[in-house]
Amino acid sequence: MFEYDPVLYSRLLTTLTLAFHVIFATLGVGIPLMIAIAEWMGIRRNDPHYTLMARRWARGFVVTVAVGVVTGTAIGLQLSLLWPNFMQAAGHTIGLPMFMETFAFFFEAIFLGIYLYTWDRFKSKVKHFLLVIPIVIGATASAFFITTVNSFMNAPQGFNIIDGVLTDVSPLAAMFNPATPSKMSHVILSSYLTSAFILGAIAAFHILKGSKHVYHKKALHLTMVSAAVFAIGTALVGDLSGKYLHEYQPEKLAAAEWHFETEEKASLVLGGILTDGNEVRFALEIPYALSILAGGSADTIVTGLNDFPEDEVPPLWIHYMFDLMVFIGIYLAALSALFVVLHWRKKWNAFNRPVLWAVVAGGPAAMFAIEAGWIFAEVGRQPWILNGVMTVAEGATTSAHVDMMLYLFLVLYAILGVTCVVVLRRMFKQNPVEAELEKRNISHQAV
Amino acid sequence: MSYEVVGIAVLWTFLYGYLIVASVDFGAGFFSYYTKRTNKNHITHNIIQRYLSPVWEVTNVFLVFFFIGIVGFFPSTAYYYGTALLVPGSVAIILLALRGSYYAFATYGAKDSPLYTFLYGATGLLIPASLSTVLTISEGGFVIKENGNVRLLYGELFGSLYSWGVVLLAIVSVLFISASFLTYYASRAKDEGALKLLRKYALIWSFPSILMGIIVFFLLSKRNLEHYQNMVDLWWMFAVSLAAFAIATYLIWKKRNYGLAFIMVMVQYFAAFFGYGAAHLPYLLYPYLTIYDGFTNETMAIALIIAFIAGLLLLIPSLYLLMRLFLFDADYVEGKKEAM
Repeated sequence: MFEYDPVLYSRLLTTLTLAFHVIFATLGVGIPLMIAIAEWMGIRRNDPHYTLMARRWARGFVVTVAVGVVTGTAIGLQLSLLWPNFMQAAGHTIGLPMFMETFAFFFEAIFLGIYLYTWDRFKSKVKHFLLVIPIVIGATASAFFITTVNSFMNAPQGFNIIDGVLTDVSPLAAMFNPATPSKMSHVILSSYLTSAFILGAIAAFHILKGSKHVYHKKALHLTMVSAAVFAIGTALVGDLSGKYLHEYQPEKLAAAEWHFETEEKASLVLGGILTDGNEVRFALEIPYALSILAGGSADTIVTGLNDFPEDEVPPLWIHYMFDLMVFIGIYLAALSALFVVLHWRKKWNAFNRPVLWAVVAGGPAAMFAIEAGWIFAEVGRQPWILNGVMTVAEGATTSAHVDMMLYLFLVLYAILGVTCVVVLRRMFKQNPVEAELEKRNISHQAV
Repeated sequence: MSYEVVGIAVLWTFLYGYLIVASVDFGAGFFSYYTKRTNKNHITHNIIQRYLSPVWEVTNVFLVFFFIGIVGFFPSTAYYYGTALLVPGSVAIILLALRGSYYAFATYGAKDSPLYTFLYGATGLLIPASLSTVLTISEGGFVIKENGNVRLLYGELFGSLYSWGVVLLAIVSVLFISASFLTYYASRAKDEGALKLLRKYALIWSFPSILMGIIVFFLLSKRNLEHYQNMVDLWWMFAVSLAAFAIATYLIWKKRNYGLAFIMVMVQYFAAFFGYGAAHLPYLLYPYLTIYDGFTNETMAIALIIAFIAGLLLLIPSLYLLMRLFLFDADYVEGKKEAM
């Protein structure tokens, strides 16, 4: 099919590992916060339903953590195996946050082990709640540190290259590069949002399947209120990202927006398709919006694709990924806000079937948005692995057999993915919420 | 001490930590598979589960620490080892992935399946075998660099007596370390049945582990004479290791002080592991890469060392809490507290 090209296969294998890992990584960042919120509600309102919610979420969470840990180990090692030249440069410049990420994860892992097995150990419920805080901090700090590495790949700084040798390295400048603020807040908030929606979709699904118990309604309400907050945050950060791209990676913004001519009062292209002659068809164009997104005013001049060297323009299909992410983001924000309003006005029914189905769809949709967003971020940086410094082809391994490894890992992830789903389903089917409430003597009508 | 030496000492310490905690875990996997096959599972199952459940994740992190840390301190290792180890490294990842996730599936998924137990047992021996080949490769002669390309010589690796000696040493060591720890844990749990069986395993694997250590020591002289001579110069460290081994085995045999016995096992491996490592210096990959030419810049080195110290201040109290709640809490160890 292809002639063997280690660069191509390295890209494919990295894509595969990251696409699989990011599902579990996203849940790993967001779910601890949801667990913490539920446990806190349980204490605040003295409502055992919320406590049980935290307990059940934690139990499912640990299974996804396991897959997250092993795939995280995989990508950690694969970076060196597939991109040895890149990692050699990265070690000199951005090694610090990579190192700190392992500390953050270590911290989280220790407390997760403690948290899971100490539900009945302490007399005071607050004591057990305190144990979840290091998990939340560790999870979010992991995301922060690893996102600074990705930010560095987009906006490398904090070093000089003189005659091919790296000098004047400043690890902190490398870590806190211009891409860091917008990227890390976007990654963290969208992980929270996605996790809230996944948990909300599960609750909505149970209600649709006829579970009458108030437990599910509480779970749905809790997740949707959280999702609405995170969605607003994500949207605000999206605006920052636009301004960052305009200033530091204009070719990425132009490619995402199919913006060809350099001009002010540039319009934002939504949807549409691109013809062979680079003509945009069937798109919704919002006048001035791109200029406003890029620079805050309609007078901002946005550089078009025609003014970049051809070999430095990323593939234009990233527009579809960008739009998919944006559309789903708007959908999640609108839906969670609608739910909150419906619930708040007591005479309206937030638990009607169309809304519930929309929430069920929102769970997987949120995960698609995460995938689309990362594909946009990574493909949008092409041809660079370190923007302006090193190309993907220069960073890759020269080793034989990368293709074999690709197939092996494909099989591995298929097995892990399927087993993970089977195990999670069995876990919760064998021990439905109603049975567990009964077993723990929690009244059905608890406050 | 130079930054280079501090860096490698930090990393080596983490690798030693991994060697101990992972050996306990790997060996436990094998013992639980073996006892299941011989229908003695009921004796050891609880002990092994109770120890592993809260700590399995922590084990993995030691390894991640090592390979992320080594890229930070010695970026050139990414280039040499990364290029050479694509296939063995990938195989190790796959084994680790299967082991980690199937452990969680079996434990939290609340279903015992023969497949899970088999995977858990088999990977317990295969992972140390595959990881130990990295140390073999570092001795030189297995990797060549030509036309700017780094290549691993598989024929050389699989045909080498030294290489197989290291694999065997790794496996028997795993079983010995694990059995001696689990013996101690069973005695803490006052579980007479498990104690009797695990003590037997510890004694069975004690002599093979020291024997393989001695054999590999001498095989090295044929593989890398310079390294061997450095080790002979550090003879006292290996003498300490041997003495610690003798004390540990004596205590286990006499059914006394299992805790001290396990500490002696840790000393045995500490002395040998650091003796081996110190004699290996300055080479990271003989003869291509030393700690001096592969080192990161000074600013990064200082930043990493500061991050390391700050991290330790955070981790040591946390680890202490974990151990206090699960290793040294008599009620938990005896199985009086449960449920997640």
